[in-house]
Amino acid sequence: MARVTAGVFTSHVPAIGAAMDLGRTQEPYWQPLFSGYEFSRRWIEANRPDVVVLVFNDHATAFSLEMIPTFAIGCAERFEPADEGWGPRKVPTVYGHPELAAHIAQSVILDEFDLTIINKMDVDHGLTVPMSLMFGQPEAWPCKVIPFAVNVVQYPAPTGHRCWRLGQAIRRAIDSFDGDLNVQVWGTGGMSHQLQGPRAGLINKEFDNRFLDRLPGDPARLAQIPHIDYVREAGSEGIELVMWLIARGALDESVQQTHRFYHVPASNTAVGHMILENRSQS
Amino acid sequence: MALHKPYLDIPGTTIFDADQSRMGYHLNQFCMSLMKAPNRERFKANERAYLDEWPMTEAQKQGVLDRDYNRLISLGGNVYFLAKIFSTDGWSFELAASRMTGMSQADYRAMMIAGGRSPDGNRFTGEQ
Repeated sequence: MARVTAGVFTSHVPAIGAAMDLGRTQEPYWQPLFSGYEFSRRWIEANRPDVVVLVFNDHATAFSLEMIPTFAIGCAERFEPADEGWGPRKVPTVYGHPELAAHIAQSVILDEFDLTIINKMDVDHGLTVPMSLMFGQPEAWPCKVIPFAVNVVQYPAPTGHRCWRLGQAIRRAIDSFDGDLNVQVWGTGGMSHQLQGPRAGLINKEFDNRFLDRLPGDPARLAQIPHIDYVREAGSEGIELVMWLIARGALDESVQQTHRFYHVPASNTAVGHMILENRSQS
Repeated sequence: MALHKPYLDIPGTTIFDADQSRMGYHLNQFCMSLMKAPNRERFKANERAYLDEWPMTEAQKQGVLDRDYNRLISLGGNVYFLAKIFSTDGWSFELAASRMTGMSQADYRAMMIAGGRSPDGNRFTGEQ
């Protein structure tokens, strides 16, 4: 049967993708950031998933204001990197896993989480930057990806508690899939950042590090943080961190912390990164 | 009963909630149209004429012409949509954010490298 082996958590700043695409990763501004992912590249080489359920948010790319799904699962065969206004990133096509995605959709909806089903979608930097950070610049991505989009653009995003419980439902769904698959669940976005208004540039290292402290062992209480605390303490875009709680919910209650990294800045944003592994994996 | 909006006292911050989204619908959909290269060309060729194709308010149109992003946010714009305008202008998110804070890009970048804007004194309106 399918088994969830690990969770990867990372920010998805577009400038990180641009730095990679333009060959700037060794510049003094960027080198400290990319050094934090060197371990992760080696780790994922040794712990290659068959499928990643990649929780991310669209940034007014696939979804305009015409439709704003709170939770949407990508069930297509393939997803093309989106043109976000300056041409698509030259990264490989993302191939889905329609069979597992459909299984998750049907299971999770009957588990009372009402997903929107997406059969056609281009994916923006929210999805492709984490792929680049973890896998570098291959000709083809080495695994299948199920994009799982969360609305964090129009307030309110789903609550942290809802996200955490949804992650648990996704876990139950994956556990009940008959195919023999190594599945990772990734949570992306964050950490503290604000891109708008006179308060832009807000960074809260204490908030971020406290979040990283609590994610492995205290997710149930971490999921109780109300929206106002995210936006006041971690910036209007810091609320993206609720997406990490979906991935955390899909892991075991007790996990092993394999990697932790934090760096300021990437453009306007604090970058957080963590790898958690299930102890139960065989 | 009015919606509870506990975020209205955060300084220098506009939360893009359902009311802002309703106010900014046509502005943001105009921005979205700039995702397509032919639309960007038409916009650049005659900004005013292109804006007049959209049922936006005059203040929103003027805000676009002035590239006054703080004003556009107050009129219902969302930064991920407004990004389509500043990308059309060749601006990065860093440059756009620096302009919204009233800083030069160099000063803004230096602030970020030094650890960013502290939350201390920036949590509540009037707090210092």
